[in-house]
Amino acid sequence: MKELDRLREVMRRDRVFDFVAEKRMPFATGRHTIVPGELDISHGTILYVEDITVSFDGFKALNDLTLYINDGELRCIIGPNGAGKTTMMDVITGKTRPDSGVAYFGQTMDLTRMSEYEIAHAGIGRKFQKPTIFPFHTIFQNLELAMAADKRVWPTLIASITGEQRERINDVLEIIGLKDLRSKEAAQLSHGQKQWLEIGMLLMQNPRLLLVDEPVAGMTHQEMDKTAELLKRLAGDHSVVVVEHDMDFVRSIAETVTVLHEGSVLAEGSMDEVQNDPRVIEVYLGE
Amino acid sequence: MAAFTAPAVEQSQLSDNTQFSDDTDTLSFEQAVALLAEKVNFKQQEENLIRLSGYEDERVYNILYSFSKNTLFYVKETKELVSAVNVGDSYKVTSVLAGEVLDITSKSSLKKVKSKNSLRRLAGEYLAVLGLKSKNVSIRKKAVYDVIKNVDEDAYLTLSKLVKTEPEADILELIQVGVAMWEVDSDIQQTRLEAIETLSESLIPDVRVKLAAFNKKTESGEYVETDKRIRTAAARAVGKIDERIGFFSFLDNVVFGLSLGSVLLLIAIGLAITFGVMGVINMAHGELMMIGAYTAFVVQQVLPSHIGLSVFVAIPLAFLVSAMFGIAIERFVIRYMYGRPLETLLATFGISLILQQMVRVIFGPTNQAVETPPFMSGSLEFNPIFAITYNRLYIFIFSIAVLLALIYILKRTRLGLQVRAVSQNRQIAKAMGVRSEWVDALTFGLGAGIAGIAGVALSQLTNVGPNLGQAYIIDSFMVVVFGGVGNLWGTFVAAMSLGVISKFMEPWAGAVLAKILVLVFIILFIQKRPRGLFPQKGRAAEN
Amino acid sequence: MAYRSFTLEMMKNDKGGKVLLLVLLALIIFVPSLNLFTSTDSVFHVSTYTLTLLGKYLCYALLAVALDLVWGYCGILSLGHGAFFALGGYGMGMYLMRQIGDRGVYGNPELPDFMVFLNWQELPWFWQGFDMFWFAMLMVIVVPGLLAFVFGWLAFRSRVTGVYLSIMTQALTYALLLAFFRNEMGFGGNNGLTDFKDILGYDLQAGSTRAVLFIASALALALGYLLCRYIVTSKLGRVVVAIRDAEDRARFIGYKVESFKLWVFVVSAILAGIAGALYVPQVGIINPGEFSPLNSIELVVWVAVGGRATLYGAALGAVAVNYGKTYFTAVLPELWLFALGALFIIVTVFMPKGIIGLREQLRKKRSEMKKADSGEDTSDSPQSEGSQ
Repeated sequence: MKELDRLREVMRRDRVFDFVAEKRMPFATGRHTIVPGELDISHGTILYVEDITVSFDGFKALNDLTLYINDGELRCIIGPNGAGKTTMMDVITGKTRPDSGVAYFGQTMDLTRMSEYEIAHAGIGRKFQKPTIFPFHTIFQNLELAMAADKRVWPTLIASITGEQRERINDVLEIIGLKDLRSKEAAQLSHGQKQWLEIGMLLMQNPRLLLVDEPVAGMTHQEMDKTAELLKRLAGDHSVVVVEHDMDFVRSIAETVTVLHEGSVLAEGSMDEVQNDPRVIEVYLGE
Repeated sequence: MAAFTAPAVEQSQLSDNTQFSDDTDTLSFEQAVALLAEKVNFKQQEENLIRLSGYEDERVYNILYSFSKNTLFYVKETKELVSAVNVGDSYKVTSVLAGEVLDITSKSSLKKVKSKNSLRRLAGEYLAVLGLKSKNVSIRKKAVYDVIKNVDEDAYLTLSKLVKTEPEADILELIQVGVAMWEVDSDIQQTRLEAIETLSESLIPDVRVKLAAFNKKTESGEYVETDKRIRTAAARAVGKIDERIGFFSFLDNVVFGLSLGSVLLLIAIGLAITFGVMGVINMAHGELMMIGAYTAFVVQQVLPSHIGLSVFVAIPLAFLVSAMFGIAIERFVIRYMYGRPLETLLATFGISLILQQMVRVIFGPTNQAVETPPFMSGSLEFNPIFAITYNRLYIFIFSIAVLLALIYILKRTRLGLQVRAVSQNRQIAKAMGVRSEWVDALTFGLGAGIAGIAGVALSQLTNVGPNLGQAYIIDSFMVVVFGGVGNLWGTFVAAMSLGVISKFMEPWAGAVLAKILVLVFIILFIQKRPRGLFPQKGRAAEN
Repeated sequence: MAYRSFTLEMMKNDKGGKVLLLVLLALIIFVPSLNLFTSTDSVFHVSTYTLTLLGKYLCYALLAVALDLVWGYCGILSLGHGAFFALGGYGMGMYLMRQIGDRGVYGNPELPDFMVFLNWQELPWFWQGFDMFWFAMLMVIVVPGLLAFVFGWLAFRSRVTGVYLSIMTQALTYALLLAFFRNEMGFGGNNGLTDFKDILGYDLQAGSTRAVLFIASALALALGYLLCRYIVTSKLGRVVVAIRDAEDRARFIGYKVESFKLWVFVVSAILAGIAGALYVPQVGIINPGEFSPLNSIELVVWVAVGGRATLYGAALGAVAVNYGKTYFTAVLPELWLFALGALFIIVTVFMPKGIIGLREQLRKKRSEMKKADSGEDTSDSPQSEGSQ
């Protein structure tokens, strides 16, 4: 095991040799080091997913998946049911541990060794397929809870909201168009509004990378357009990964599209390129 | 005959053999027996016993047996000799001569024959010798076994004669051990070494004691046994015996643990269905077992003279009764709260209180004893270390049979198919035309019915009382959680391993501490593997 | 001043809580004085029996509030909270035991009677220090807190949740029950600790001591309530509810869920321990029966009857159910378990929000009926609204 660790140390992407590099890691867990809050994107790539394999009872949900996301990019991921889209998000956010492979956030953060809350603090936000919000809290409270702050137990106990934070929440309320409903319990929102609230909660976290799973499911066309606009606006400052089934929606926002099939990347490129790829057509339309 | 009786006679310092055989000639067997009931002193009673043992009558054995067990009485009025055995609250009184059961239930009309400890021991010694000649195989075997504990010259002579005539292989083996027990003290080294070789095959505790004694030292630090070869041979033999004892007591522990596990399996398997397949926490599970146990009790009350039959009647009946209770519980309470497991937990706990109190009102708060049928008492003995009692053996087989039947129902029948369909996706199953409400009720009834069957099994092991269910509910939850919910195979492995683990911990920890340790072990285990030994994986397990 | 306004802020919108605190204030003022200063034949006299009984109810109420904090707000259904209560009780019991000194049956100044009976030669190490009141009180807090910490740390870290957690807590209290039954444990085995003489030098049988214990229980309940209220109205309280409703979401927005659960669990266990410590001198005995899983699960029904996630509802439920228990076991002992069992079923099936939620439930039903009468569409699910 130790030899393996040493080997890994040599193979690390950000350093040549252990003894050459200066000791700058303040928190070290074993030989692998994590620098909370210090995202290194000097190479322009924010997310590295390499050779990830995940299997459930012999069924390979992800099969040697390799994927890179650039800083500030808006990436759409499509693929038929069971292609592994949600599992990929689970791996990136620390919910599922891969059987093999690596996932790095920036140059230094090994996501496969961080827990969900650490990953959230590092700057990855995630929207679930089914909108998950806190139903018995008001919209305002939902956003307040999501807001980037000291989220340890004791500070949370004595925390009170500052004027600046209130303003920030108001800004996000404005962006997601729920300003008038701020004191309503979240359970009373419509499905589409819940999706928006969840995106709003992501924004409150100030993430560098947003993983958005099916953001327009159950939305009207107008809501969809607004969502597209919002996501496009977010890209640039943030990197956004969108998993979506709705092809019109994907077409309206996508710069680059990645097609997943049976747990690995089938094709990657612009929407037109991907749509004309014979392999993609075969997967979607059958033989 | 004389050869057998001689040692005892010598011990009792009554050496006049001729006198003794004369008596035998002059008195009829009946007369000799009747003498036991006379007003005599201990000395005379001793003579009576000696005389009696000389008769070649099969009944001698029974009389001496009763005498040695202190259960020999005579009826005050008729002076008829009887044996009186305690059965429950009353006595079973049998005439020793006629062999028929008398209509006497209290001890007041009986009087004990004159007897004291040393006389009873004497009767025991005669018994052993008589037994050696008995035609009854099991009596003969037991007699040889008893003789081995204390072989003297006469016994040796008899045994060495019997070696040539004994037809039963296992008794022959015992006889050879008995012979060796004597020969090991002979003067010829070769004989002794051969005897040690024979003895090293035996697992009888006395043999080991005897062999171990060769390597004892006196207080002055010298060996009791001077021959060094004998000492090493004996030491080696003891080592060999210990090895086998170790193996067999290990095996005994495993078997006992498995039988404990089979009880756990029985009590947990019904829960595995309601908890695993339906996601319902049934805290009344224990009380459904209690109902099954009370069903067994009631059946026995109705069929008091057919104890064996009553068990077979009770099993299907308990299944039906408990299943009906289960279906009622499902229809009236649980169906309102699917998907709210914590609330079913509370509601079914309420039901368990009601059922307990109901039983208390109907049957009273005290425990009731359920009789064990004859075919379930006794044990299957492999050797002195390793034996399996029949009730444990049958319950083991029974629990496996129940498990297999259940797997068959779930995997091969239409009901099983529907149960699995509903448990995986209620909506789709409904859309496919499965009557999900009906399936729910039947599934719950099935789980409850199996609890009832488990109750019948428990009634054979413990007393039946209102608290029977409570005593087992936590155990059964532990088994299901440990094995992994929704997995019958996991339940099986968990039950068996928990049974074996607790059995192995018992010797050094004691039963209660072992139980505590098992609980702590499971609490810690669940931290490591929150979904048990055999977890469900993948998408289905997410929610 | 700042503190005061803060308290007001916290109690705003808490009508039930205000009523509870006022009732407690009234009890503190009237019950002991009616007990001590009126003659026994006066109509206003409160007997010492009633006073003690009420004191007992108050301890139960504090225990119920503690459980409501973890169950109602954090969604952790603990079926082992009786264990923390009992541990607190044993802490106090050990102090009271040491206070007996040489007045025991065997007259041993150092060893409690049961140890003399078991032929123990010296006081076991874990009994050291319990002759000091402050130390015993510290242990009343530390021991349940520590147990909750260790158990919770293990359980929450590995994400044991829901029913599994409930069953594990039940196993925990069951294991403790078995352990405390053992004489070798050194806590009096089967008989537990009893025959207490005095506390801090005051005779436990004296009316005034009882009155003080009653007041202490009422104060403890009031303070415990305020503490819990403070917690649930803080941001931490909102996080905890968020964890109850959507654990994954809470985790993905950056809360270390297990730490929050652990914190609340430990606080609740400590409150339960304090309730146990106040309970023991009033009833005069602590034995392993208090660890029985039945007690813990009965406690859950108190909270359910009163109304979950309201705190004051839990206190109300505890008093109501225990009053019912006292009444039934005196008048119709056979019926009590039937009544309790039925209560479990009725509450879970028909009154998911307990007594407190009953009014709202009825109002809803009435308005629904009105709607149905006027022929309006009663389906107002958010789903259908969204897709229009």
